[in-house]
Amino acid sequence: MTLPSAPAPSRRIPPRPAAMAASPAYGEEKGGSSSLGEPEYGHDPASGGIFSSDYKRHDDLKEMLDSNKDSLKLEAMKRIVAMIARGKNASDLFPAVVKNVACKNIEVKKLVYVYLVRYAEEQQDLALLSISTFQRGLKDPNQLIRASALRVLSSIRVPIIVPIMMLAIKEAASDMSPYVRKTAAHAIPKLYSLDSDQKDQLIEVIEKLLADKTTLVAGSVVMAFEEVCPERIDLIHKNYRKLCNLLIDVEEWGQVVIINMLTRYARTQFLSPNQNESLLEESAEKAFYGSEEEDAKDAKAEAASLAKRKPYVMDPDHRLLLRNTKPLLQSRNAAVVMAVAQLYFHLAPKAEVGVIAKALVRLLRSHSEVQYVVLQNVATMSIKRRGMFEPYLKSFYIRSTDPTQIKILKLEVLTNLANETNISTILREFQTYIRSMDKDFVAATIQAIGRCATNIGKVRDTCLNGLVQLLSNRDELVVAESVVVIKKLLQMQPAQHSEIIKHMAKLTDNIQVPMARASILWLIGEYCEHVPKIAPDVLRKMAKSFTNEEDIVKLQVINLAAKLYLTNSKQSKLLTQYVLNLAKYDQNYDIRDRARFIRQLIVPTEKSGALNKYAKKLFLAQKPAPILESSFKDRDHFQLGSLSHLLNAKAVGYQELPDWPDEAPDPSVRNVEVPEWTKCTSREKRKEKVEKPFYSDSEGESGPTESADSEPESVSEESGSSSSSSSSSSGSEEEEDEDEEEGSGEQSEDKEEEEEKRLKRKEKEGSQKAAPGSAGSEEEEEEEGAKKAKKKKAPQGRKGHAETSSEEASASESSSSGSDSGSETEAKQRKAPPSSRAGPKEISLLDLDDFTPPPPQPIPSSSIVSTSLVTDLEGLTLTDTSLAPALLSPAFGAVRTYELLHRMAGEGLSVEYCFSRRPFPGDPHMVAVQIQISNNTDAEVKSLRVSEPKPLSGMRIQEFPEIERLAPGDTASVVMGIDFCDSTQAANFQLCTHTRHFYVSIQPPVGELMAPVFMSENEFKKEQEHLARLGEGKLTGMSEITEKVTLPEKCRSDHAIVQQVTSAANVGRVPCGADNEYRFAAKTVTSGSLVLITLERREGAAAQLTVNSEKMVIGTMLVKDIVQALAQ
Amino acid sequence: MIHSLFLINASGDIFLEKHWKSVVSRSVCDYFFEAQERASEAENVPPVIPTPHHYLLSVYRHKIFFVAVIQSEVPPLFVIEFLHRVVDTFQDYFGSTNVGDQLPTGQLSVVPWRRTGVKYTNNEAYFDVIEEIDAIIDKSGSTITAEIQGVIDACVKLTGMPDLTLSFMNPRLLDDVSFHPCVRFKRWESERILSFIPPDGNFRLLSYHVSAQNLVAIPVYVKHNISFRDSSSLGRFEITVGPKQTMGKTVEGVMVTSQMPKGVLNMTLTPSQGTHIFDPVTKLLSWDVGKINPQKLPSLKGSMTLQAGTSKPDENPTINLQFKIQQLAISGLKVNRLDMYGEKYKPFKGIKYMTKAGKFQVRT
Repeated sequence: MTLPSAPAPSRRIPPRPAAMAASPAYGEEKGGSSSLGEPEYGHDPASGGIFSSDYKRHDDLKEMLDSNKDSLKLEAMKRIVAMIARGKNASDLFPAVVKNVACKNIEVKKLVYVYLVRYAEEQQDLALLSISTFQRGLKDPNQLIRASALRVLSSIRVPIIVPIMMLAIKEAASDMSPYVRKTAAHAIPKLYSLDSDQKDQLIEVIEKLLADKTTLVAGSVVMAFEEVCPERIDLIHKNYRKLCNLLIDVEEWGQVVIINMLTRYARTQFLSPNQNESLLEESAEKAFYGSEEEDAKDAKAEAASLAKRKPYVMDPDHRLLLRNTKPLLQSRNAAVVMAVAQLYFHLAPKAEVGVIAKALVRLLRSHSEVQYVVLQNVATMSIKRRGMFEPYLKSFYIRSTDPTQIKILKLEVLTNLANETNISTILREFQTYIRSMDKDFVAATIQAIGRCATNIGKVRDTCLNGLVQLLSNRDELVVAESVVVIKKLLQMQPAQHSEIIKHMAKLTDNIQVPMARASILWLIGEYCEHVPKIAPDVLRKMAKSFTNEEDIVKLQVINLAAKLYLTNSKQSKLLTQYVLNLAKYDQNYDIRDRARFIRQLIVPTEKSGALNKYAKKLFLAQKPAPILESSFKDRDHFQLGSLSHLLNAKAVGYQELPDWPDEAPDPSVRNVEVPEWTKCTSREKRKEKVEKPFYSDSEGESGPTESADSEPESVSEESGSSSSSSSSSSGSEEEEDEDEEEGSGEQSEDKEEEEEKRLKRKEKEGSQKAAPGSAGSEEEEEEEGAKKAKKKKAPQGRKGHAETSSEEASASESSSSGSDSGSETEAKQRKAPPSSRAGPKEISLLDLDDFTPPPPQPIPSSSIVSTSLVTDLEGLTLTDTSLAPALLSPAFGAVRTYELLHRMAGEGLSVEYCFSRRPFPGDPHMVAVQIQISNNTDAEVKSLRVSEPKPLSGMRIQEFPEIERLAPGDTASVVMGIDFCDSTQAANFQLCTHTRHFYVSIQPPVGELMAPVFMSENEFKKEQEHLARLGEGKLTGMSEITEKVTLPEKCRSDHAIVQQVTSAANVGRVPCGADNEYRFAAKTVTSGSLVLITLERREGAAAQLTVNSEKMVIGTMLVKDIVQALAQ
Repeated sequence: MIHSLFLINASGDIFLEKHWKSVVSRSVCDYFFEAQERASEAENVPPVIPTPHHYLLSVYRHKIFFVAVIQSEVPPLFVIEFLHRVVDTFQDYFGSTNVGDQLPTGQLSVVPWRRTGVKYTNNEAYFDVIEEIDAIIDKSGSTITAEIQGVIDACVKLTGMPDLTLSFMNPRLLDDVSFHPCVRFKRWESERILSFIPPDGNFRLLSYHVSAQNLVAIPVYVKHNISFRDSSSLGRFEITVGPKQTMGKTVEGVMVTSQMPKGVLNMTLTPSQGTHIFDPVTKLLSWDVGKINPQKLPSLKGSMTLQAGTSKPDENPTINLQFKIQQLAISGLKVNRLDMYGEKYKPFKGIKYMTKAGKFQVRT
């Protein structure tokens, strides 16, 4: 076992007193006796008697364990486990307990496992008897049993079974249940700690589990990675993007581990986002402090290299990490918030780090232990990034009820935050603190004032005066602390302060604290020329009390004597001799040494050498004033939030936070190639189970975050489904098993009812769903034409199906909820989709890969998937929520193009844009804007990119990837995403080339702010009614706008009407029973609010247009646009 | 991660231990006891104590120390937060169930925070919007710092898998929020609506901080006159509590506590209402005031006996205040509506507002 290199000096731990360990107070015996006096925890009173009786006390327990009744066994096991919990020895029961490892009763079994884990190490031979049971358990059809068998097997620390454990872990790592795979990940560090020779094999398992796509496994395997092979950063590359994307759905503890690991990873793979700035800072610092010429040269060289350096562009993967961790600042878990905060502190560009301050300040409301840790980290951060916490200055104000250790940390932060502008407020606050009854805190406040005084010149005198006043404080500790601080301050300008020095000289009569006495003596000696009359008198007094002084005081008396001897030998010669003689016979050898040394130096004798001449120079040299700095300075070389940071010492197993590399390693290592055929299979899987990350999506959904858990569920729902994979169908059996085992007594009827509800809910949610597809990474224009046909065909097939199913649904809704038949029909209807979708599947696959408009069936989407990462997400286990109606591909009208930059204005560069009406990959809340850039100049245009988007509040712009070069006459087409926040406000940004900047803006027509949504007639009516009802509460017409329209001649055919409406707005047609009605539905892209359009034809050319939407503005504008389109 | 866990009670007995890896002798707690001795008060025991072979990370709650033994680097908050969760769970478990009768069952639910098959005959969902005012008031009665922290605690007993949305009239008030994991973050980001499948039973849905720009209404004031005289061994003590900005509501549950200086031997006080206690050992004065009647302001007057011969204390005691105001969220936050999807029955819904004093201190 290695020792922590250096425990914090303040927590010096004396060697453990052996007597203490053996003393009855804390020993084993005490446990027994004390339990008599104290209340029994979690136990019946009778058991107390049993334990305290004589040696045969366990006989009754053995008897109970041998009985046939489970209830008796259970009772016995409960008592035994209670004994263990109280630290009492129950090892002699091992044979009796181990027999019950095969007990059928799961409650008994669990407790036997608890016992085994505790004692197996002590009784290895007997423990082996139980191994076969676990091996059987590993094959159990119930995933819970498999998992617990593995858990116990891996917790038994018996070296002989290492091979068995290894085998079990390997098998479990391929288990179809993610829960078991998670348990396998947990078992890895246990095996590793038992036998580190297994490392290589374990790394293989880790590698395999790292590739796992479920959120359930992610946190656990990264934990195993961190414990077994944290140096193997290469294993992370291929999983990096996946981990980033899964992160938000991983359970909170897993999040902490992953975030910490990714922080380290990012430090090895990306470039510093602050590199230019840090260089500048460094050289500035050097110029400031550096006196040598070399430094200046260095600075010059650096500046030159700085100029040469190409502009920094953040790796998209780096950005991905920052983006995906940010929402976790809102976590309720302090550890998660801290993890994100340290990630931002270590990885984010300086300008972005500020976001963490608010979250960290929030944690100060938590338990005092949390405050303690957070404040330590804030203290370190506030030195480097003071501005970040300045707005929260008052949050660090101290309350009299704060524990002292919290007060002192807050004080540290306040001091770090002090600057010219806020110092007066802070000093006023400090003034109240000085009067506190908590003297340790007062002492710390005085130190803090001293630091403020040295750091901020303009308040130095104020502080000094304040401190001098404290010299007359009644509390000696306060005075002593003030003396020490004043001494440091005076060193800065001694000449002006001889009055203070005189005042302090008087204090020697009263003040007893050695450190303070020593400080005063040093001051008088150092500045004896300023107090020529007083100094010899002080020496006289000190000579008198010399023998009673503490060692540090004695040393300073000698010091003072020497200095006086050199400056004023007439008055002090004898005194000095006297003091030196006393010191010569002192008990402390330091003092004897010092006396001898000084005598030689100052008193000229024949023997004394050349040094004697320089004695004055030696003693009275100009001494630099001490720098008072925070003890948290430079603590950030430890990863923040870590134990090592908190202790300011490297803890066992601490992984250094690497420095940024000078050159970024190849980013392509993170690309994940997915061969075509894999895509097919994974795609199929996905259709069955659409995983919908929980936090990340905006739609209502059933929330099966843990795809693991959803596995059995989803299968039991569609157990008849031919497409369900074999692995998951066995999962459904598992679940039934569980239910029996757990004795939950839930009846199957209930279950069906439950599921029926689930289905309906899903359907409903689906209809609100606004998430378009997430798909491939590259967009290819050329194939577009070919695919249009497919697209058109596809939605219809889907429509047909969805209509029936939703009608079924509403039918069964009207029947009583208990009706099984109703729900069954419905369920069957639900099962149908996979087969009915079989046709378009192939097509959609292609579509997906090539990144063309969305395939006919809804694509599962996690809304934060970034463009290039979709392939990484392939094959994630997914739930089946997408069976409900969802967004459809747009019915294609003519696509209108708009001009973004005229060729004249653009100096030969012309840019047009259109709304492609495709979901923007990676963010369903963004409108995809296709941009076509033509280079009409004679020269090549280089590095075309978007820069400085200035979106209005809430608006977000996802820039298109930079176009490196565009040859003369060439045209490039790119896609950017804009979240307009459901408003028609223009998005402004700059379009840059290597030479020019053009200010441009894109203003969306209202019809482009939405995406079509498919629903049945019934749903449409229901939603319309719902919206109408919404309106009632407020003013009528709040959610419904009606307008009379006269249709021109050419616009009276069905085709023409549909054409015109869909060209005006990105809406989907809703089937309609009535001949004279047309219905369309869409959802706004950002908020997913429904927009329903009804056009009812009256006699002749007359028609009535109705738009229902919660968003009034959108509704009104839409009516205008549609009316205009129809009039054309 | 956590190697072992020891539970230590107020009298320093290790009454429970649990080991997840090999067994660590309980003598490791000696280091803890040493630190405890040095700290003099429980709340000043450092939460992280390094020892030669282990690190001890502890939390102190309900007069019990939960001491986790760690062997290698781990984020300290990870352990501390976990220990607090353990305590929360204990509190939940021992508070509600008959201890020992029922072992917790491992469940794999679709929604990790909600068990399946929940059934109630009465379906109800209650939400409590509770706001706490943290404030420091200076001697002259002006506010040095004041902020509002709020939580929404829920008690949801709904059958099946209900999907709830809760919206506010004025969500902009919320400056900083943290959610229960059930809340859909994106929905909040885009629409400022809380959308969630609730856990079953009691849980904290949301904690929030009201943006600092809004001026905080301070509902009570304290008039005080506390003086020690150097010469005399008697001091004067007089405080009056009155309502300030209460939005027309009654301030109740008022409780005044104050840590008196060590030199105060005893206090002879007369309250105009309520009861008061002065503990001459801990020097803690507490006055249970009750309701504030604006017509007849509660006051506490009398004298203090000071230790003879000692000089007067440097500092006047700080006054800590507790109070409650029912049916008021002091920030003005209002819930707009609560909707349920996914289930067909009609639940009973209820929203309650309350304002309380948080860390509310008056410096004198």
